[in-house]
Amino acid sequence: MNTKRRTFLKSSATAGAIGVAVSAGLITPRAVFAAWPKAAFEAKSFDEALKGAVGSTSMADSGDIKLKAPAIAENGAVVPITVTSKISGTESISLLVSNNATPLTATFNMGAGAEGFVSTRIKMGKTSDVVAVVKAGGKLYSTKKEVKVTIGGCGG
Amino acid sequence: MAKSIKVRAKVKGGVTVVKTLISHPMETGLRKDKKTKKLIPAKFIQEVNCEHNGKNVLSALWGTAISKNPYLSFKFKGAAAGDTLKVSWVDNTGKSDSVEATIK
Repeated sequence: MNTKRRTFLKSSATAGAIGVAVSAGLITPRAVFAAWPKAAFEAKSFDEALKGAVGSTSMADSGDIKLKAPAIAENGAVVPITVTSKISGTESISLLVSNNATPLTATFNMGAGAEGFVSTRIKMGKTSDVVAVVKAGGKLYSTKKEVKVTIGGCGG
Repeated sequence: MAKSIKVRAKVKGGVTVVKTLISHPMETGLRKDKKTKKLIPAKFIQEVNCEHNGKNVLSALWGTAISKNPYLSFKFKGAAAGDTLKVSWVDNTGKSDSVEATIK
C-alpha cells in the first residue's frame, strides 16, 4: 500500500496539472478544458506549436525513439502512427505534423506505470514530416519521418 | 447515450496493452458542407483519460488532426487481470463519455 502511494504521488507530480486534477478527483469537463493548451493547438508555426506543447524548441535527435509510420499514405485522413520510446522516464510524447495547418496533433502524458508507447491514427493535409517529441527528465528528444500523401490516389 | 468507447485491455507478462476505439466525428471546423456551402463547426475530442484503480495511466491531449473515429493504443505496467480500467473523453463542445472495462 505504502509503495503504491509513493508512486502515485510521484506520478501525479510529474504528469503536471492534469494528472493532479485527475488523481485528486477534481475532473470535470470544465477543468479539463482549461488544461487543454489552446494556443499550442491553434498555433500555425511549428516552433510555436512545439513551444506551447512542451515548453521549449531545443531538442536532441534520438535513436531511442521509434516512429512507425507508412512511407506512403494513400489516404491522408487516416495515417496510422506508432511511437515507441525506450528513453527511461518518458513523461510525454507529442506528435507534430510540420506541414499541417496546425502542426500540433497530440500530446500524450504518461501516468503511473505507463510505457513509452502510443499508437493512433492522424490526419495529414499533404506530404510532410511527422515529428515525435519525447519529454524525459526535463529534456526533449525527437525523431522524424517523412510521410508522402497521395491525394490523387494513384499510389505513387 | 449509447457508449461511444470500445476498450480491449489484456495483460501479458506484466504489461497491459490497451486498445480503444472511440466513435466521434472529429470535425476540424475547416470543412464545408457541400450542400449549404457553410463551414461545419469544429467538434473534436480534446482530452482522453485512462485510469486504472483511480490512478491516471495516460492522458491524451488531442488537436483536430486526429482521424475520425479515433483509435488509441498504449501500454502500462502494474495491472492484473480482473482490474477495472476507466476510459473517458471530453470534446470541445463540452460533451463527454466514459466507460469502464475489465482487464483480461
